[in-house]
Amino acid sequence: MASIAVPKRSPLSEALKGVRHAAADYGSIWSWIATVDHKRIGILYGVSAFAFFILGGVEALLLRVQLAQPDSGFLGPDTYNRLFTMHGTTMIFLVVMPMSSAFFNLLVPLMIGARDVAFPRLNAFSFWLFLAGAIFLNASFFTGDILNGELGAPDAGWFGYAPLNLREFTPGHGLDFWMLGLQMFGLASLAGGFNFVVTILNMRAPGMTLFRMPVFVWMTLITSFLIIFAMPIISVALFELTFDRLFDANFFNAEAGGNPLLWQHMFWLFGHPEVYILILPAFGIISAILPTFSRKPLFGYAFVVFSGIAIGFMSWGVWVHHMLTTGLGTVANSAFGVTTILIAVPTGVKVFNWMATLWGGSIRFRPPLLFAVGTVAMFTLGGLSGVLHSMVPSDFQQQDSYFVVAHLHYVLFGGAIFGLFGGIYYWFPKFTGRLMNEKLGHVNFWLMLVGLNLTFFPMQISGLLGMPRRIYTYDSELGWNLWNLMSSVGAFFIAASVLVFLINFFFSLRRGEESGPDPWDARTLEWSIPSPPPEYNFKEIPTVTSRDAFWHQKYREDETGRIVPVVSGSAADAETPEDETEGEHGHGIHLPSPSYMPLIAASGFPVVATGLIYDFALVPVGFALILIGFFGWVLEPATEEE
Amino acid sequence: MAQAAATDHLETSTGLDNRKLLMWLFLASDCLFFGSFIAAYLLYRGRSVVGPYPEDLFDIPFTSVSAFILLMSSVTMVLALAAIQRGNVRNLRIWLFTTAMLGTLFIAGQVFEFTEFNHEGLSLSTNLFGTTFLVLTGFHGAHVTVGVLILLSLFVVSMRGGIQQKDSLAIELAGLYWHFVDIVWIVIFTLVYLIQP
Repeated sequence: MASIAVPKRSPLSEALKGVRHAAADYGSIWSWIATVDHKRIGILYGVSAFAFFILGGVEALLLRVQLAQPDSGFLGPDTYNRLFTMHGTTMIFLVVMPMSSAFFNLLVPLMIGARDVAFPRLNAFSFWLFLAGAIFLNASFFTGDILNGELGAPDAGWFGYAPLNLREFTPGHGLDFWMLGLQMFGLASLAGGFNFVVTILNMRAPGMTLFRMPVFVWMTLITSFLIIFAMPIISVALFELTFDRLFDANFFNAEAGGNPLLWQHMFWLFGHPEVYILILPAFGIISAILPTFSRKPLFGYAFVVFSGIAIGFMSWGVWVHHMLTTGLGTVANSAFGVTTILIAVPTGVKVFNWMATLWGGSIRFRPPLLFAVGTVAMFTLGGLSGVLHSMVPSDFQQQDSYFVVAHLHYVLFGGAIFGLFGGIYYWFPKFTGRLMNEKLGHVNFWLMLVGLNLTFFPMQISGLLGMPRRIYTYDSELGWNLWNLMSSVGAFFIAASVLVFLINFFFSLRRGEESGPDPWDARTLEWSIPSPPPEYNFKEIPTVTSRDAFWHQKYREDETGRIVPVVSGSAADAETPEDETEGEHGHGIHLPSPSYMPLIAASGFPVVATGLIYDFALVPVGFALILIGFFGWVLEPATEEE
Repeated sequence: MAQAAATDHLETSTGLDNRKLLMWLFLASDCLFFGSFIAAYLLYRGRSVVGPYPEDLFDIPFTSVSAFILLMSSVTMVLALAAIQRGNVRNLRIWLFTTAMLGTLFIAGQVFEFTEFNHEGLSLSTNLFGTTFLVLTGFHGAHVTVGVLILLSLFVVSMRGGIQQKDSLAIELAGLYWHFVDIVWIVIFTLVYLIQP
């Protein structure tokens, strides 16, 4: 809601002033809790997402240990089900999405020349609600008898198909935590989606027309639109499930005439756009990295942007390819098979654009480039096995087999996670002022590449040999032993590569080589300001005259068409740290004040959810917290008066 | 507050106020939300295996009256906005309060309707009709309730002199939300009550 003028000196705003002073002390823990600065929120998103990445990774390792050998008794079937459910849910909703949000937050305002996002407090609210949902979901582990090795986590898979998700078949509280936790992420992502669409459309620096925006910003815009339209659908599906589980409604109850397939339709109508929500940010990241390290502009900017838009639209017309074996009939199957083939076209266009960007460039093989090239290669492999699924008869063979597991991991690990790692290596110096270690970066990349292929390539074979997904063990006579052992060994390679990354990260944070504002000789505006960026980002809002705005401030073409540096007053000098001293605290720049209200509002949601599961008396308490948060938010001034 | 107002009036790239754009995006998203519930209702229409069925319960004249009340509240909402845009704070208060009261009356009608249906044996778990009808109209009612809460908050703020001509955007945004909720009811009323197989 809009902020409304209240009479000056209302007791509320007086009381708030005291708390705000504690938060104004830059560096204190309170300043992080109450922060509305997009860069800090981005860091909070990134750190939380990485913590969940480790958690989800440990879950995956446990699964792989169980499957390393036939007839293994390492995990029981029940624990196995809970762990693979949590692994999938965690990696998708708690890792890739928030990690992408971290990059949106860190980069979008800097790339479009803005001082913050359009709604800084809404942004903080998104983060806290995401974290609340994430902790709430993981709290489900403790609803079982954990001391005796019984976990309470959900066990219906990350897609939670009906009727398996009904109380009759999944009686514990795990699935209740799952559906309500997901509801919270959904709302948090929605709030973030609104915020970034408004920011990108409305907060661009003078001259930054839509077709001068970096591709990463375009991908953020498309992703945000997908979030805005996809999240309500899963939200409704989860509400319907909530009513079925907690209030005996009949949405998915076949006995009362309900159709469990409704869940699949709604889940995948959300779920397929979701796939692009996961991958498009990584596409944006590598579209920033590849031109920088081949010292050429992105090949076919317009093609990349328009194919991104095309993917955004087409992603709404392919969901049935997740359901080809549910018996919807030949017409539906053929139609969705065709749309699935078609959506490979804009994706393929991008792959060719990236390769053409590298072609003839003066390439520097630094860690960000390695990860970017890895993303293109691995995503292409995953994409190719995806095209196989559009052939309906072939999909009937592959449905629910390890072939599908291999496909989705090539796309999401080889595509999204590789791209995100590349992004971390690339922008680490911008936000810390230090470079990450080069050698460890190479070790990290090669270990991860080998690990990825060692883990997921054999799954294609075991899948084609008939190994179904989601089984906790298998017979040794089936011929899957070697492939499973290879996958399990590969998983530990990936774990080792993540360990190398962590060592590199913490080492470089303290001892890394000083990077200066523009270590890569990059092209976009975020590199024109000091590293780490000052709180106010740009002392003066830049005026943009071309695509790759910063590059054109640094270089021009001479008469023969050769690229030569702009001699004097180059942009790199224009805003060096030295002349920053006078603008120490961004004199005259009004930044939004820190606020606790987003946290208070977000904290009400898990209280409501706990109340719904255990005791309705808590529900009004939760709603009261939410209302206090929102009213406080609307009534407190957005910027402190001076 | 003066600062907040100052940042609010910064030029935006599209010329559209940030908050107004936010509201439009939210409403676009909410279309999908209601659309999904309406789709579930339509999918399950006529598939209940036990009664009571819609034709046993619906009281079209009664619901028409409450629909009319909600429609009229859109008129008073427009009057409230027109009043503050001309700087007439007194009329703003009158029309805000009237709109909130009409909304409350609609909610009262819905509570009455739900109670009546319940007496005749309809609950969430009775049949598919009970499930889809109560959840769809219930979520609409929740939207109206939130709207009434926003209108009453604006009314209280305006009584304390906090809304002047320059703050008309706040009323405009509340109005956008209110009209949207109204339009959704027109769709629900038509599809659920008026057109029956």
